[in-house]
Amino acid sequence: MELFNIFIKAAFIENLVLAYFLGMCSYLAVSKTVKTAFGLGLAVIFVLGVTMPVNWVISEKLLSEDGWFGVDLTFLRFILFIAVIASMVQLVEMIVEKISPSLYNSLGIFLPLITVNCAILGGSLFMVAREYNFSESIAFGLGGGFGWFLAIIAIAAIREKIRYSNVPPALRGLGMAFILTGLMGIAFMSLMGIDPTALTAGK
Amino acid sequence: MAENTVVQDAKAVKSEPLFGKKEKKLLLDPLNDNNPITVQVLGICSALAVTSLVYPSLVISVAVVFVCGFSSLFTSLIRKNIPKQVRMIVQLVIIATLVTIVELTLKRYNFTVYKQLTVYIGLIITNCIVMGRLEAFAMANKPWRSFLDGIGNGLGYGVILIGIAIIRELFGKGTLFAGSPAEWKIIGPTADYMINTLADGSWFGWYANNNLMVLPAAAMFIIGVFIWIQRSYYPKLVDIS
Repeated sequence: MELFNIFIKAAFIENLVLAYFLGMCSYLAVSKTVKTAFGLGLAVIFVLGVTMPVNWVISEKLLSEDGWFGVDLTFLRFILFIAVIASMVQLVEMIVEKISPSLYNSLGIFLPLITVNCAILGGSLFMVAREYNFSESIAFGLGGGFGWFLAIIAIAAIREKIRYSNVPPALRGLGMAFILTGLMGIAFMSLMGIDPTALTAGK
Repeated sequence: MAENTVVQDAKAVKSEPLFGKKEKKLLLDPLNDNNPITVQVLGICSALAVTSLVYPSLVISVAVVFVCGFSSLFTSLIRKNIPKQVRMIVQLVIIATLVTIVELTLKRYNFTVYKQLTVYIGLIITNCIVMGRLEAFAMANKPWRSFLDGIGNGLGYGVILIGIAIIRELFGKGTLFAGSPAEWKIIGPTADYMINTLADGSWFGWYANNNLMVLPAAAMFIIGVFIWIQRSYYPKLVDIS
């Protein structure tokens, strides 16, 4: 149940996009239609869910002083995390190309750019900062990915509708997307009062 | 790839001043016409959450200028020796090394700010501006120009970041540069502040800090308004999407 709490917390209460503004670049650029947003969201869930436990093993077993080598190698953390993420993204790219070439084409450059999606590296760094254990890191990765998925689907749906509204010309497109994200962030803040421990304890 | 760069180099071979018109343009363009945040939409990710205070924003802006400038310089120096297939990894290693230098320096000299910024220093690696400038500019241009381009883009990013931070801190907390050695207390309910809202005969008795500005969402609204203002003055920047 502890794991479920972490999942809920990562997905809704501490949403990576709407509370920490991570992964904004692809979030703003790919959210023009729901279909591509859906594909990218799934890819992010997968990459976050896989890189998080791998990076946990790296940071706890390879780099930490209590690990296998017994030497404090934390200064290598950034480089190794990025390498793991880059190889995972490469893997996803190959899978998507095989399974759905049309999605692969519509995602275009943004699929390799998941590598530099701050949500992924940020998730790993948050995991280190919060000292999660192995299973908690999986739950955090999946929850964070799910939260990102929700956010990008929501903004893509709103942007599809708002195209027919009478927005001031200078605010059209990008400016409006920022303001919408801000409003969604405030909406998600109302979830902050939720106490997951109380929920699962059946109170 | 090698052919490309050779051709471009041949054009630039004529002796040019070290800091002429083109160089100035490289440095100043990103401040407005080609601003990384409001026009190119790059690099919003890593640092918006730190803009609730001016001082950490200043620190992270300096860090980005440093990383952006020197990663462009180093990438440009070795650009002819990078195979195309692994260029991403090479670029990331250069960036990650520079960011590690920044992180360790900050940890040593200013631990409180280091604690405040937590993961956001590491996230400079995935700051799309740095990577974007390497891909778009440094891979095809000479070192000195790439260096200026990197510095210019870092500055364009820093200007927006500090602009947001000033608005958020002034209206959200009533201070400026809180946490730094030179803290200004502008408006608040005690005698420490320049404008004491509770003093006798004060005109500002109605004033209260705007808590919305402390929330992360405020940064989004402020950027939205920045974009609105900029595009009203420069209609050519408007995209219809």
